[in-house]
Parts: sequence; C-alpha cells; structure tokens
Amino acid sequence: MSALDIQNLSCSYQKTTVLEALNLTLNDNEIVCLLGESGCGKTTLLRAVAGLQTELSGKITIQQKTLNDHKTFMPPELRKIGLIFQDYALFPHLNVFDNVAFSLAKMSKTEKQQRVQEVLTLVQLADMAERFPHQLSGGQQQRIAIARALAYQPDLMLLDEPFSNLDQHVRFQLIHEIRQLFKQRKMSALFVTHSKEEGFAFADRIALMQAGKIVQIDTAQKLYRQPNTVYVANFMGQANYINVEVVDKYSYQTCFGLLGSNSVIEQQAGQQLRLLLRPEHIAITPDLNGEAVVKQVDFQGALQQITVDFSGQEFIVRHSNHSSECLQFNIGDKVVLSVLNHDFVTFEH
Amino acid sequence: MSIKKSFTVLLAGASALASSMSYAAEEVNVYSYRQPFLIEPMMKEFTAETGIKVNILFAKKGLIERIKREGKLSTADLMLTSDFSRLALFAKDGLAQPVASDILNKNIPSKFRGKENQWVALTSRVRNIYSSSERVGPAPKITYQDLATPEFKGKVCMRSGKHPYNVSLLASIIAHEGEAKAKVWLEGLKANLARKPQGNDRGQVKAVKDGVCDYALGNSYYLGKMVNDPKQVSWAEAVNINFPNQATTGSHLNVSGISLAKYSPNKENAIKLMEFLSGDVAQQMYAEINFEYPVKENVQLSKLVASWGTFKADDIALSDIAAQHEAAIKLLDEVKFDL
Amino acid sequence: MISKSFNLYKLLPWVVTCILLSPIIAIVLSAFVIDDSGSFQHLLDTVLLTYISNTLLLILCVVLFSICFAMPCAWFVACCEFPTRRTLQWVLMLPLAMPPYIIAIVYTDLLDFSGPVQRTLRQLFGWQSANDYYFPDIRTLLGASVILALALFPYLYLLLRGAFLAQSGGLFQAARSLGLSPLRAFWRVSIPLSRSAMAVGISLIAMETLGDFATVNYFAVSTLTTAIYDTWLELGSLTTAAKISSVMLLVLVILISLENYSRRKQKVYQRNGSVSTDIRFVLTGWKKWGALTFTWLLISLSLFIPIAVLLYYAVHYFAESLNDDLINYTINSLWLAFLVAILALAVALVVNFYQRLNPGLGAKSAVRLSSLGYAVPGTVVAIGVLIPLTNIDLWLNDLFISWGLSSLGLVLSGSLFILVLGYLVRFSAIAVGSVDSSLVQVSPSLDLASRTLGHGPAKTIWRVNLPLIKKGLLTAFILVFIEAMKELPAALLLRPFNFETLATYVYQFVSDEMIEYAALPALMIIVLGLIPFIVVNNMLEKRS
Repeated sequence: MSALDIQNLSCSYQKTTVLEALNLTLNDNEIVCLLGESGCGKTTLLRAVAGLQTELSGKITIQQKTLNDHKTFMPPELRKIGLIFQDYALFPHLNVFDNVAFSLAKMSKTEKQQRVQEVLTLVQLADMAERFPHQLSGGQQQRIAIARALAYQPDLMLLDEPFSNLDQHVRFQLIHEIRQLFKQRKMSALFVTHSKEEGFAFADRIALMQAGKIVQIDTAQKLYRQPNTVYVANFMGQANYINVEVVDKYSYQTCFGLLGSNSVIEQQAGQQLRLLLRPEHIAITPDLNGEAVVKQVDFQGALQQITVDFSGQEFIVRHSNHSSECLQFNIGDKVVLSVLNHDFVTFEH
Repeated sequence: MSIKKSFTVLLAGASALASSMSYAAEEVNVYSYRQPFLIEPMMKEFTAETGIKVNILFAKKGLIERIKREGKLSTADLMLTSDFSRLALFAKDGLAQPVASDILNKNIPSKFRGKENQWVALTSRVRNIYSSSERVGPAPKITYQDLATPEFKGKVCMRSGKHPYNVSLLASIIAHEGEAKAKVWLEGLKANLARKPQGNDRGQVKAVKDGVCDYALGNSYYLGKMVNDPKQVSWAEAVNINFPNQATTGSHLNVSGISLAKYSPNKENAIKLMEFLSGDVAQQMYAEINFEYPVKENVQLSKLVASWGTFKADDIALSDIAAQHEAAIKLLDEVKFDL
Repeated sequence: MISKSFNLYKLLPWVVTCILLSPIIAIVLSAFVIDDSGSFQHLLDTVLLTYISNTLLLILCVVLFSICFAMPCAWFVACCEFPTRRTLQWVLMLPLAMPPYIIAIVYTDLLDFSGPVQRTLRQLFGWQSANDYYFPDIRTLLGASVILALALFPYLYLLLRGAFLAQSGGLFQAARSLGLSPLRAFWRVSIPLSRSAMAVGISLIAMETLGDFATVNYFAVSTLTTAIYDTWLELGSLTTAAKISSVMLLVLVILISLENYSRRKQKVYQRNGSVSTDIRFVLTGWKKWGALTFTWLLISLSLFIPIAVLLYYAVHYFAESLNDDLINYTINSLWLAFLVAILALAVALVVNFYQRLNPGLGAKSAVRLSSLGYAVPGTVVAIGVLIPLTNIDLWLNDLFISWGLSSLGLVLSGSLFILVLGYLVRFSAIAVGSVDSSLVQVSPSLDLASRTLGHGPAKTIWRVNLPLIKKGLLTAFILVFIEAMKELPAALLLRPFNFETLATYVYQFVSDEMIEYAALPALMIIVLGLIPFIVVNNMLEKRS
C-alpha cells in the first residue's frame, strides 16, 4: 500500500501544459520533496493532490482511496490531507487554541482540549494556546499550522514552501524538528520547495521537476552524484564538463590525459561524451610550470572557490582552508589541475 | 401543479402587501397633481359626510404617465389636476371615462365640462401679472404682449416656461395669434427676463419684492395664500395684482379639474366625490380657503378675491387652448426658453 | 464523493447580475426599438446639445472644485502633522451624509437677495436695491458646481488619502533630499503616484454629478438628467426619455472606460503599501494655521453651516414640522434604507463569493456587470425598472385570470418592490466594491487551509471568510444605508401609493420654497446618516 499514488496526471490551462502525464508514488512513512524552479508545475501538483485544482486528467489515490479520476472528484474537505502554506495561513480572528481545534468541531470539549494539548506539545508550544497569530514569530506560526494539520490526523501532509519565509538559522532548526516529528508520527509528506538545501535536509527522496514532468526521483546523494541529465546535474550543484572520447571499456581520453573508469563503460570506443566533474573532483596545486592560470578567487570561509583557465575552458574548483599551511591562491597564479578518482558520470552530446 | 400552487400563494401574499386599499369597499383613490394641503380640507369634509376614505397620491409630475403604464391594473379612481392641459391630455389619451350625473350637469356650466363629462373643471384662476407696488404701482392696462416689448427689458420674472401654467398661456397666445407671432412674443419675453426661469409662482413675487424685477407672472390664488402666511405677507404687500389684456382678448384663465379614470375600481365612490367637489360646500371652501374662482354659479368669492375687482376673462374655448399644447412645448424648446 | 457536474449555485450570481442589469437593457432596447414619432429628433434639433454641453461643463466644474477641496485635505491629513489632524481624518468624510440638494437650499437661503448675507452687506454699505451692487448669483451652473463639489469631494479625499498613505515615505524623503521643497516634492512625486486613485475618485464624482437631479433642478440648470425627467413627464414620452438616457449611458461608458484605462496603469505605479507615519511633515507657524483654516473652513461650509441653518429653522418651526407625517416618513426612510442595505449586502456576498470560489473571467465580469447600475442616474434607473416590471405585472395578471383567479393588481411595479429594486440597481455596486476590497485582503491560503481541514465551501465562508470581512460588511452596509437615505429621483418616480420618504418630503417643501418646513426632515436625513457613520467609524478605529 502506498501513501500516495499518482498516475498519468495531466493538467493544462489557457493552452499551456502545466503537468504532463506525471507519475509519482510515495511509500508509507516517506517524505518526498518536489524540487524545481518556479513554474515547473510543482505547486500545481500539490494543489491537485489537495483537491484545489479541478481541471485535471489522470488518477490520484491515497491509501487506495481514489481522490480523482475520470469520473470522480473528491472535494478537498473529504480528502483528509494536511496542507501547510508559505504564509502559514493561520486564521487571524482565532487564537492558537481555536486555530488548532478548527477541524475538531464534532468533538466534545474535553476531547478537543486533549487533542489540542497533545499536538501543541508535539510542536513545543503548549503554553501558547491563548495567543493570537499576530503575537507569534514566523517559526512559531508555522509550528502552530503544523499542529493544526496534525490535530486533524491527516493521511498525508502537503507542504508548500513552508520554510521560505523564515530566517536562515530558524529554518534549518525547524526543518530538522519537523522531520523528526513526522518520522516519529509515521507521517507521509509531500513537500514543495525551490531550495535544494531544504530538500536535502527534509526529504527522504527528492523528485526533481522540469516543465511539468519529474525528471529524476531518488535520494539526494544519488541525485547529486548520479544525475540522469545535465539539467539535474546543474540543478543539484556546481558542475564542470569536459569533452571526452571513449578509448576502451575502462578509460576515456581527456584534456587531463587518460582517465580510468571505476566501472565498465558501455559506449563504444571512439564515441564523444561529456564528463561531469564536480568542483570537489578536481584537485588544485600551485606549480610555477603549471599550464592552468587562476582567473578569480572567492573566499567562502571554510573554502576558496577558484576559477581556473585550463585548456581553453574555465573550471570551478574548491580548495579547503582547513590545513595550517593554508594555501592562498591569487589571480594569475600558475597551477596544475588533476581529476580525483570517483564514479564518472557522462552524458551524450 | 404544486409549483403553480406555491407560486399562486407567493404572489397572493405579495399582492396583499402591495396594495391593501385597492379593493376595500369604502374608499376612493385620487391621483393628484394638486398639493395635498390644498385639497385636504375638502376631502376631510367629504369623509365626514359620507364615511368614504380618500387616499391621495400626490406628485408634481408623472401621474398620467403612471396611470397609462398601470393600464387596467391601475388603482386610480380619479385624476385631479391643477391645470387644464393635463386634464385634456388625460381624456385625449383615453384614460378617462364618461360620467352620467345630473348633479354635475346642474352644478357646473357646460363650458367647464368635457364631452360626456370626461373631465369637469372645479375651479378657475387667472394668470395675472404682478407689478411692484413700490416701483411701478397698479398697471390696469398691462397686456401679456407688453411683457415682450423693449421697455420691459430686464424687468420680468417667471417660473419655468415648461410649467403647465405657462405652457397653457403660450398655447392660448398661439390659438389667438398663430405660431409665428407667438414665437416672436416668446423670444421678446425671454429677452426681457431679469433672470433665468426658476422657482415657483410665489418665488416670482418674492423676486419682485427683492428688487430683482418689476413684473412677474403668477396665478391669482397664490397672492391670497401669501397674504395669509405670516412670513410671506410682506412679499404679497410688495406687489399689485393686475388683470391683463382687459382692452383686448381678456385675461387668460386656467382651471383645476377632475376626471374619472377609465379603470376606476371604486367608481361609485369616485362619482360621489366628484359631485361633492362640485357642490356648494366644497366650492365655497375652494373660494374661501384657496382663493380660487368657483365654477359653480352663485357661490360667493372670498372677500379678498372680490376686492381685486371684476375682470374680463378670455373666452376662448379650453379645448382650443389644449389643441396648441404640443406646439407650445416645441416652441419653448425652439427658443430655448429655460436655458 | 461529488461527481463533476454542473452546480446550481453557480446560476445564482448570474440571475442576480441579470436582474441588476435588466433596467439598462430595457432602456437601450426601448430606445432603439420603439418609435417616438420624431420627439427625439425635435430635441436634437433644439435643446439637446445645450443639455449635453451643460452636463459636461457641470461635470468639469464639479471635478475641478472637488480636486481643489480634496487634494490639499488628503495631503494635510496623510503626509503632514498638525493639531486636530486625527479628528479631521474622519470628520472630512462626514459630508458624504449630506444630500447636495440640502446644501443647495441652505446656501440659496443664505445668499439670496433677502438672505442674511446680502441684507448685512446692504446695511453695512447703505445699498438700496439689487442694482446698486454686484453679488454672485448662486443659482447658476457655477453655483451648482460648488455646491455639488462641497458634497462630493469626500469621495476623492478618501481615495487620495489612501493613495498618499500607501506611498512609501522614502520616496518623498528621497525627493526632498534631492533638493525639492515639500510642496515641490508633493507635486512631482506624490501627485504622479496617486494618478490612478485620482482617476477613480474623479470618475465617481463625475457619475454622481451626472446623476444629480435635485440640485440642478433647483438651480434651474438644465442637464441631461433634468431633460430625461422633463421629457418623460412633460412631453409624456417614455421612449424619448429612454433615448436621452441612452445618450447618457454613452457618456457613462466613456467615463467608465477612461477610469478602467487609468486603472490598467495602476499596477505599474502601485507600491507595497507600507504606511510611514513617523515621517510626517510637521507644519508650524503660518503653514499650520493655513492648513487648519483650509480644512476646517471646508468642513464648516459643507457640514457645520448647513446643519446650523437647518437647526435654526427646525427649532423655530419645530411645532409645525414635528407631526405624524414626519414620523411616518422617517420610519419609511429608515426601513427602506435598512432593507436595501441588507439586500445589497446579500448581492455583494453572492457575487463576490462566486468570484472567490470560481476565479476567472466569468466571475470577474459578473462582478463588473452587477456594479454597472451605480453609474446610472436614479432617473434613468427608474425608467429602466418600470419598463420590465410593468410588463411582468401585466403578464402575471393575465396568467392569474387565465387560471381563474382574481387579478393581482400591480404586485411588482405598484409596490415597495419596485422601489427596493431600483435602489438595489443603483447601490449594489457600493456593497460589491466594499466587500470585494476586504475579501481580497483575506489570503486565499486561509480558504485552502479550511477546506483541507474538513470544511466545505459554505462552512469555510461562514467560519473563515465572513468573520474576517466583518469590517468590510459593516462599511458596505453603512455606505448603502446613507446613499439610500439620500436618494431622491428614484424615490420620486417609483414610490408606491401613499408612500413618502424623508427625501421626497423635503423635496416637496423645497420646490415650494418653504425651507423652514423642510429643515427638520432634512436634518433627520443628515443625522440618521451621520450617526451610524460615526458609530461604525469609531468602532473600527478602536479595533485597529
């Protein structure tokens, strides 16, 4: 049984396709992040699951309960889905208690009291029940919103850029706290963001979206290290590319000379490919006779990011500042670049 | 069927709300162009005598339009007007019905009754020219025509040319002299106005008092009303009342009157009221309270009105004047009289 | 589980919109379908152009005077600091409760030849008659313009104040740091930035001017509105009146499209509405006194003096004025205004929530169309509702008689129904606009949150939206209530048998030059409008 199953979901309005035959499955107790640039359709997908998007085709089920297919459309209030917003969406005319108890209209007073206390304790705001939303900080408001959603005991949580209005240091603290909370409550969640760092920190798997489609879905590490496409590679982090030629099943010819692969190369000998090199895959050493020249140096605290001109193209490399004999690179320095051993990722032209 | 039924109940309820008076037995609905306070004393007397309640819908304008629109659903029994042109229009548009009543025939001279009593006049009044008692004094020889001559430049005040009293006067001049001459007269009159036509007849008398102008057109009974109003008596004292055109056609007469509506729901009561208003009691009240000239013969004028003296009235037929009504209005537009 | 099917509730807003639009459609249809045997041609040949030029000239003058009145007030109150500023903030709105025709009769009484002003002048200088000196005549187009501007300027004031407050104070400071005096900075920064508010305010005032009947009628200024009235009731031609109304609708369409055009640009100029209270320009010395004099003089002219004069007459003629009629008509007015305000709110809720639940072009046009009636003068609306309702009445009666039932009479066109409908056509827009502007401030995510927390659309509206727009609802109610208390021409033409409102009662005395008897009912209109206005305003102030 899956927490969420989306099959062949398409959505378009005013002649532009927003979602195109999209498939996605969430396992129980799993947090999946929908990552992508604005306009890629990730919010639309979230709204479709919540039942706020009506012009759809395809099928959406939660725990084998059909929400949406060619003949049914379940209105949002029947879906048992918790929705968390960027602007928190706390009802300004109700205090914290009434906000959290909003979905508990049919409960008795004591039951209500009990449930509200329980979820408020979960988000560590048990003493704030009498306050009004405008008396709380952003982080507190978002925690109340999550408590409100949890009080309804939803089958699935949907979070729409929930952390983007928060300060940097509050943000990651809250992300970890809520991730822990969800794991503890065995809550499945679909989480939308445009920030990969949030995705890395919050999700079990990341679904990277591009133009209404999911281009790759996997763990953050896989996405970073084994991207399917150049788009994924670029989205997940800084990337250098070099042109390589397959020599045999175990090596490429490159501007760094012959590079041996850890795994068997499937392409035929002589084929031209693009090899992905992350900055950390390239080592930089000062060398007065080096052919590479430093173009630009950006001090970034623990690291230096160095742009190097080599073999007619620019490379971005990093140098850690940890050691005591910390090397300081300057513009115009002659250096040598070398590729560190790792699992190569290549793309066809 | 059930839809039809509930629909019926709904509308029946609404109609009860709408007009509860229309089918009650002992009442009569009067659409009146005359102000309620001018006719209420007579109506009270009528109710006291007969027990029939009188409902008055008063409006300065638009009542005929309203009855026309209401058609056979109209609740109006009687149309009471303050001038003849509307009375004539009411009959002409087929909104009136004949009244066979010996009392009416006996009380009101035939020249004050329409064909088959489709309308009957109740009172008559003169379109007088008031002159400033301070700057002009009495002007017994004055004519309407004088007001358009160059000597009167900047000295004349009057209300809107489109007001029925003025339309009626203009129509009578068209009837007497033809449209071309009437137009010349109207243009001359416009050129002589001290100010743009505005206000009502009382306002013109006030303007004479204020020195805005020396002459004003106004109906006779207004002066009587002003004499008896503590605030306005000083206005009245500032003017002399003159009967125009004594040497020529005679002073223009207008009438107030009443007409029985074609679809009158309380026809019997309505005729009773018509007869009452033509009778001695009501006619006397018109004379005493409103300072009008009664149409019934041998009814005494009020002392004040009698003190203004006798005069020669224009004896042109009312219907001849009514025939020129539309021409008069168009003429007023053509010379942009009010603009 | 709900299947994807057509919902009946979606029909309701369109029914409401169609009802509110029917008068306009009726007028245009009858203007072009029915022949009026040349009456319109005759008017066109003679006086119509004068009516049109009078109307346009009047609108121009009223707008200019209103700008002169409203702009300094708005700037003083929004951007400057001086004594009584906080009081002025709301006192400057109060003239909205003043019907222009009442201001008109008061000033005519004061400034007439025999009025106290000229009398005093004559005594002072020993003049004898009107020929000895020049005194401006108030019963002119210019006089009417000033009077109308005195009553209408608060519309512009409100909008401009809002615009000035929404402008970032930083911009004004930036302009000053670039070497501009406060006045120059105002002229070169604040004014251009408030252009769209200005346009909206001006078009509101233009529409009100276009619709004014009583003031211009009293001052004998012939405009399109008086022409419609006269043509209908003197010439007896409804068709011709409908034709002139169509000409007027054309003028309106031009005005509205101008307004829309300027609003289109609004987005470019709109700032993030951060109110900057700490950087108000503190007025001192003669500037302070100048601001004080200007604002309070204006308020005196449009509010205090008229009320004082009316009070004087009301006290002197109290015994004659206070009678059963007055009490009855007061109850009529209150009841009518209350009913109309409630119904207008209902219309506003239906249309606005339709738009909220079904965003899109369709809903937007429903909102737009249902608001069109506001722009249409009362006289025109009256003709417009009479035409369809009379026909429905006749049809209903035929139907009833064919069912063997007794005749109904004029259920719709002869009852309070027609008056209420006429008022609704005119004033729904105020409620629609007011509710709309408070509803857009409610974040859509609140609706979504409520929906996902198990509440359906109806429950969401009840538990989330309505509590959050209470303020807007209250404001809408009060504004419609006040307008309905003041409305004259529609009441004159549509009121049923034996039904008077305070406004028609006042008009009756005024047209007989009996201001002393009109004073008490006129005061009633003003006071009954002012009280809820002030109460609600204070309530809202306190809460915020």
